[in-house]
Amino acid sequence: MSGSIGRTMASGKISTLNKFLMGSRVFASRTYSSTAKEMMTVRDALNSALHEEMSADPKVFVMGEEVGEYQGAYKITKGLLDKYGPDRVIDTPITEAGFAGIGVGAAYYGLKPVVEFMTFNFSMQAIDHIINSAAKSNYMSAGQINVPIVFRGPNGAAAGVGAQHSQCYAAWYGACPGLKVLAPYSSEDARGLLKAAIRDPDPVVFLENELLYGESFPISAEALDSSFSLPIGKAKIEREGKDVTITAFSKMVGYALQAAEILAKEGISAEVINLRSVRPLDRPAINASVRKTSRLVTVEEGFPQHGVGAEICASVVEESFEYLDAPVERITGADVPMPYAANLERLAVPQVEDVVRAAKRVCYRSSN
Amino acid sequence: MASWLLRSTTSTLRKLPVAFSGKSTGVLVGRRNFGSMDAGQKLDPCSCEDDYRDTVYQNQDLDFPGGKIPLTSQMKFISEASDKRLPCYRVLNDDGSLISNSIHEQIGQEVAVNMYSAMVTLKTMDTFLYEAQRQGRISFYMTSFGEEAINIASAAALSPHDIVLPQYREAGVLLWRGFTVQECTNQCFGNKDDKGKGRQMPVHYGSKKHNVITISSPLATQISQAAGVAYSLKMDKRGTCAVAYTGDGGTSEGDFHAGLNFAAVMEAPVIFICRNNGWAISTPVHEQFRSDGVVAKGLGYGIRSIRVDGNDVIAVYSAICAARNIAISEERPILVEAMTYRVGHHSTSDDSTKYRPTNEIEYWKTARSPVARFRKYIQRNGWWSDDKESELCSYVKKQVLQAIKTAEEMEKPSLTELFTDVYEQMPPNLQEQEMSTRDTIKKHPKDYPIDAHV
Repeated sequence: MSGSIGRTMASGKISTLNKFLMGSRVFASRTYSSTAKEMMTVRDALNSALHEEMSADPKVFVMGEEVGEYQGAYKITKGLLDKYGPDRVIDTPITEAGFAGIGVGAAYYGLKPVVEFMTFNFSMQAIDHIINSAAKSNYMSAGQINVPIVFRGPNGAAAGVGAQHSQCYAAWYGACPGLKVLAPYSSEDARGLLKAAIRDPDPVVFLENELLYGESFPISAEALDSSFSLPIGKAKIEREGKDVTITAFSKMVGYALQAAEILAKEGISAEVINLRSVRPLDRPAINASVRKTSRLVTVEEGFPQHGVGAEICASVVEESFEYLDAPVERITGADVPMPYAANLERLAVPQVEDVVRAAKRVCYRSSN
Repeated sequence: MASWLLRSTTSTLRKLPVAFSGKSTGVLVGRRNFGSMDAGQKLDPCSCEDDYRDTVYQNQDLDFPGGKIPLTSQMKFISEASDKRLPCYRVLNDDGSLISNSIHEQIGQEVAVNMYSAMVTLKTMDTFLYEAQRQGRISFYMTSFGEEAINIASAAALSPHDIVLPQYREAGVLLWRGFTVQECTNQCFGNKDDKGKGRQMPVHYGSKKHNVITISSPLATQISQAAGVAYSLKMDKRGTCAVAYTGDGGTSEGDFHAGLNFAAVMEAPVIFICRNNGWAISTPVHEQFRSDGVVAKGLGYGIRSIRVDGNDVIAVYSAICAARNIAISEERPILVEAMTYRVGHHSTSDDSTKYRPTNEIEYWKTARSPVARFRKYIQRNGWWSDDKESELCSYVKKQVLQAIKTAEEMEKPSLTELFTDVYEQMPPNLQEQEMSTRDTIKKHPKDYPIDAHV
């Protein structure tokens, strides 16, 4: 039964790799309460979700570079080849455009491919298939061809990998009708959203984060159940507050939660929203929160222009203008291709202090 | 049956090294065994044949990842071209008589007459819909003039359960499978009966019912998709294949490389049919690739290939029948290069007289017409006559004109179709947008001519 699978995976897998990764920049945030006894890394959460969905539905199959024999470039697909065989776990030749096209073709026929990009940066080589062959197909074929495909992989900045390995694609994919775009933060998010994505009849872009793979989160018994899934399009209030709303997704949720801790000590109560879903965006939840707090800071790793924060700001201005007591602030990555040198890289991505200062600015507690 | 195929194809391949060796006496490296290969297996060592004797050390092979390779101490480059191009399979002479001792499928009277009628229907539909665009009644059109044999004969050789992924010059395949002229015309006019719900520009047909995947404009995407479809068919053990069409230009796209490469590695039952019609808009084949056409590329992927006279109905029919059998029974891709000529312009946005001589176009339109050639064949067999010809032509013309009239006068699709099918279920934001759009139209009727649609 899947609960026991989950438990086995969680206990065995807090590895040296995990410890190495945790040495960098991200800390697990445990400020939200849980009655869970289990801890699970995001990697194991994704892996267990894949195992369970492949077990439940023979049409689900995995393809990508190094997903089989190598157990996955980031070990997300570990054990799948042994258990489900080479017909369902396909190591592809190196052509993102090629295997995205092939995955879409398989989905046209009725299979449910889960296509892995080693990083979403490489998805740009396949973006025509993602948008023109997958996202638009149901519409262009007048409902005759639906494409139940999931494109997944690490998105956004890692550590010291430079410009061509660090871009965040949430805004680009989030703009496209026909796609659903998800960005999990915790292990529960990872399990629930990946299962929902695989079961969904529409094409889903599933944006993971390399630095989160090794992070451990508490996970409830309910989330360990094989039938668990999270609804697509619903954000989660990670921390309730009344003075300022902070929206974030993926790794930035952790930063926002840390910022909220720091702000609490200074008397500012921040409400942290984990978007979970970039498209569809949970506008009702965001607006409801802003109507409560009257102030908004959006946080994302990606480039500032046309970013996710820009869309959230527009939504709030359109729907909750009279509730705002201060202009919306966006914390984003710098408007430069990601540099490599450690000091420059640190300056090019948001840090917890940036979020704290922005919250204080919108609360008029400081002018800088 | 498989062993018969083995023998015949082995002997064909034995001829290849001569064709390829060219002036510099380059040697074709390696000869494949025809059993299927796993990742772990190696290619068989090249046997020492007469052609190799002067350059290869007997019994000396080098071990490398991928298998053993014979040594040579003579530095010889494999020529980029041979004096003889790969031959083209043809069965029907220009006068409609069969080439004696040719190998081909036997086609009965009914199938032959049906194929001919379909070719005439395709040509007539193209003629009138092209005109309709010129008159401003539809926005765009693409004809298949000169390629009627490829369209109809290939479709006829397939099973209706084979999944077809066309490029855009294969409307005849749909017609053969039962998609009507009216349905084609509805799509071009984007009316409420359009099976595509008015979503796509003209000629971008698709029909799940007829196992034809909706046409997509980005070139060659259907090639890699077809490898995926074929893989799924194989896993499902359907006993059918996938068929992707492309033009000569499409073979330059990355998807061609990925699709063929993958299909070979995955051992997928897919037929790649390339309509080499000499032109990609204004780019002639000499500026598209420097290989011996497209058939020569098959070897580069480890794919069995054939070049066929695309204007010869019987040759195309026979080649596709054979290709299909091999693809399905041996679970491998096949590449078919059908040589032809694009008699029409690339599309209504093109005037090909600007980049090629009108007498060349005229020559291919008349002297090399596939329709005329096949007509001669069926008349020789006593299956057709001048009377039947005029009867068919007037019937088809009437059918097409009526279809256009009906399609043009029909209402456009409902406003709801703007918002459906973006996702499987219409999401709340689109439901809201639809309501708000209807509201806006009600408030400002002058700005929205609602009588034009449902």
